[in-house]
Amino acid sequence: MNRDFDIIVVGGGHAGVEAAAVAGRMGARVALVSFDSQTIGTMSCNPAIGGLGKGHLVREVDAFDGLIARAADDAAIHYRMLNASKGAAVQGPRTQADRDLFRTSIQRQLAATPNLEIVVGEAASLLFANGSTTAVTGLMLADGSEITAAAVILATGTFLGGKLFRGEERLTGGRIGENSALRLAAQIRESGLPMARLKTGTPPRLDGRTINWAALERQPSDDGNWTMSAMTKHRYVPQLSCAITRTNSETHDIIRSGLDRSPLFGGDIAGQGPRYCPSIEDKIFRFGDRDGHQVFLEPEGLDSYLVYPNGISTSLPTDIQAAMIRSMRGLELCDIVVPGYAVEYDHIDPRSLDSSLAVRGFTGLYCAGQINGTTGYEEAAAQGLIAGMGAAASVLRREMPPLDRSNSYMAVMIDDLTLQGVTEPYRMLTARAEYRLRLRADNAGTRLTPMAINAGAVGAARCAAFRTRQDEKAALHDELSNSASADQLIRGGIDVKRDAGKMPLREWLRFPTVGARQLLAVSRETHINIIPDNPLIAEIEQDGRYSPYLERQEVEIRNLAANQQIHLPKAINYHAVAGLSNEMVERLDAARPENLAAAARVRGITPAALAAILVHAKRAFPDNIAA
Amino acid sequence: MSTADTIFALSSGAPPAAIAIIRISGPMAFNAVQALAGRMPEQRRASLATLRSHDGVFLDRALLLTFTGPDTATGEDLAELHLHGGRAVVRAVEEALTAIDGLRRADAGEFTRRAFANARMDLNEAEGLADLLSAETEWQRRSASAMMGGAFSKRIEDWRNELLNLSALTEAELDFSDEDDVGSQNNQYISEGCIKLHDAMRSVLAVPTAERLRDGVRVVLGGPPNCGKSTLLNALVSREAAIVSDIAGTTRDLIEVPVAISGIPFVFIDSAGVRKHTADDIEAIGIGRAHAAFEIADMVLWLGDQGRGPKHQDLIEVDAKADVNAGRKSTASFRISAVTGEGMSDLIAAIEARAKDMLPPPDQFAVNVRQRLLLNDTASALLGAADIDDLLITGEHLRQARLALDALTGRAHTEDMLDALFGRFCVGK
Repeated sequence: MNRDFDIIVVGGGHAGVEAAAVAGRMGARVALVSFDSQTIGTMSCNPAIGGLGKGHLVREVDAFDGLIARAADDAAIHYRMLNASKGAAVQGPRTQADRDLFRTSIQRQLAATPNLEIVVGEAASLLFANGSTTAVTGLMLADGSEITAAAVILATGTFLGGKLFRGEERLTGGRIGENSALRLAAQIRESGLPMARLKTGTPPRLDGRTINWAALERQPSDDGNWTMSAMTKHRYVPQLSCAITRTNSETHDIIRSGLDRSPLFGGDIAGQGPRYCPSIEDKIFRFGDRDGHQVFLEPEGLDSYLVYPNGISTSLPTDIQAAMIRSMRGLELCDIVVPGYAVEYDHIDPRSLDSSLAVRGFTGLYCAGQINGTTGYEEAAAQGLIAGMGAAASVLRREMPPLDRSNSYMAVMIDDLTLQGVTEPYRMLTARAEYRLRLRADNAGTRLTPMAINAGAVGAARCAAFRTRQDEKAALHDELSNSASADQLIRGGIDVKRDAGKMPLREWLRFPTVGARQLLAVSRETHINIIPDNPLIAEIEQDGRYSPYLERQEVEIRNLAANQQIHLPKAINYHAVAGLSNEMVERLDAARPENLAAAARVRGITPAALAAILVHAKRAFPDNIAA
Repeated sequence: MSTADTIFALSSGAPPAAIAIIRISGPMAFNAVQALAGRMPEQRRASLATLRSHDGVFLDRALLLTFTGPDTATGEDLAELHLHGGRAVVRAVEEALTAIDGLRRADAGEFTRRAFANARMDLNEAEGLADLLSAETEWQRRSASAMMGGAFSKRIEDWRNELLNLSALTEAELDFSDEDDVGSQNNQYISEGCIKLHDAMRSVLAVPTAERLRDGVRVVLGGPPNCGKSTLLNALVSREAAIVSDIAGTTRDLIEVPVAISGIPFVFIDSAGVRKHTADDIEAIGIGRAHAAFEIADMVLWLGDQGRGPKHQDLIEVDAKADVNAGRKSTASFRISAVTGEGMSDLIAAIEARAKDMLPPPDQFAVNVRQRLLLNDTASALLGAADIDDLLITGEHLRQARLALDALTGRAHTEDMLDALFGRFCVGK
């Protein structure tokens, strides 16, 4: 076995596999260390990929030729476009995944990734250069063997100091039946990195054969043929339906009767859980006046009878869980296969990371995924991609792609994490992206694939496909530059005012009644073979629809650039900046914003504080402050 | 601010004057006092001392005041030297201070900038202070006080909270509509909330601008040559500001005289007599300027023929020279004689009454042009947001509104705005 690598990735979850794969694509020699090669790519919680904000992340990782979108398509037993009735910018593609198909796809894609080796073993401790406590040189495994690398990426998920709770039961480990990397956790804690604890939970898994599906409202897979990955030509996995049930007053009474035995209410769990994804006992406790809460019954796979009841994550005792389930419509005879539980785990304060997810104060140490205080496969995958690119760019002496809040959700997330830190597990929301109108799930490739190609992160097949797509897009744009009059449009069956005049086809798109496909049909010079489902047409339509707003945002982004140019020196001592409150000093000190624009985004930083920082920086580092 | 230079400047008006006050702020302020006075007086107590330069030359007998930071106007150690207000004395003391290591003359607005940087005031308060410092009349002072007292900041904070509330409702529907019980039941509420907030901002925008309060109400005296404009001007400002003669065309350029009447700031402007034909090029230019002055005037006193004045919504027909040719203008509102004083008090009362309507009411903050533009942006964005057709656009409008409101408190373009803001201060204030 090879013992020397450029990069070691610890953990085979969604962050770890993307990190390893992108570094391999970029040409770095990568070791992916995991307890068990068979569990690589396991979906440990909800068997779904995508959703609002999350679907954007999946498409962005895909734009960098990542794995998650293709695996989602390879495993998709249900497609649903969330927010389909709203503007494209907030539409969220989501799929239900067959767990086995998903895992298999990830493992197959990893096997096909160049420069990547899977190392089976337990990561025991980080190795450092002689006499150093900060220069990482590799990893010691639990069997005492050592592997070396210039960079180590920790993507250990909840394995770091993980503790499971279910009623009165306590277990250590990240997932049921697996070990927790206690030794590594101890070392990380001793290294002086700021750590904190968070909580997450999972619902019981149900036996679908004992569910009365006929009594329940069905939610079929979407029509249409959209896919998660730009590289997936069409859907091919058989589609299943989900179903919807509800909690009721009896369910709520059962839950209340068990609250005194819940670790959440007994004070045993200190970590903060997510407000946007509360446990069912939290929902009852806080919104007890509601007559019921929706529960989505999501099949876990084609060959699996397991069903995931989305909306009732819980750590109540097993007997309460069983009674609670059977109180719901359609579940009167339902059996639980694995009861739900809560997990409390360590995470590092992500404000100790820089924008490539490198740990400040160390050389060659990166962190990605749940270890940084996030939740969700998509958030993890995106961070894995960033950390993998960061480590590879550093090892291979290349530039990181210029990701920022105006071009990607990924950068929004990294910026939020590294500047604000977390007080609850961080989940992507479209509301977090101020340039949301530009950052649509449907234009991720247009936004990011060119820079991904420049970074060397894209394989040959996607490069070729992307070029073809760009040619098609250029042709469509040419076509839409032709002018047409209102009369022509009306003759073509498009609803516009007769006195609206004549203008380029593209500008007609600003009117909500005008669609790109009909426009192209009106254009007399059409020489393009328009495929009805071509996603490019929808993309162009959306660009046209929101163009006045996009132009205005363009101006805003340019104006912000000035503060972005004012670099804040690493050595700046925020305690010496007079006029800052203790809270501001604490936040700035933890986040170390890279420039004045970033400092302005730190929560609670007032204009006066910003001026004080600027004045101080100019005075203390007169030669160091640009602009 | 421990690494800051220590700055000083003459903080009172230009000498010669009865007294001149030099302010010193920064870590070396007390060293400077020690160096000049040979001792450190008791804090916050006026104390008499003889000031000498480093080579022992007598400078002045002065009153000293010292204040220890951070509880001072600038947030730093602060000293004041109350000198005899002669030019030579002030210059000598300034030179002695310059000779001390670590001391230098202050840049424009630097004292305020330090106060701001040391969190002694927020940005809107700083703008209020800028106005207060240049406030010369009672009306100006009271309005500036309202701004500096933070009334405006408080109002913006309330608006910001409401705006965040509306945004949160919108975003909840965009990000969580597919989950549990978030529905579209809030659309009506969001729309009405936007309108309400918009209306509240518009009502503040309806208050006259702060600039008119700061610069004075511009009253232009107009009419043909030799109709008594300059005589009236001199009567209004109670001094010989304009040359008065019987020769038509005596006033060739605009003469601007700032004056306060009953606490209201005015600028009276005497213009060249308006006549169609003149052989004098300079007079012709003056007539052109008179026309321009009418355009930017807040009020016009028209001394010419009835109905022949410029189109202006605040034009007062005045029949001047009542002492010599009474009744020349049959329907003039005011018949006066600047020479005998006939009708003058009525005219002044009328000018005052009209001016009061043009000014922000005292004790209420007024917004300046920068604030007005941003508030206007915020209000327009809210109006856009109220039209809920596409929730995505509502969200974008609300974001624009938040952005404009943030800019009002200085979050965006910090450096530019600070430069503009602090550039308004004269040295030493």
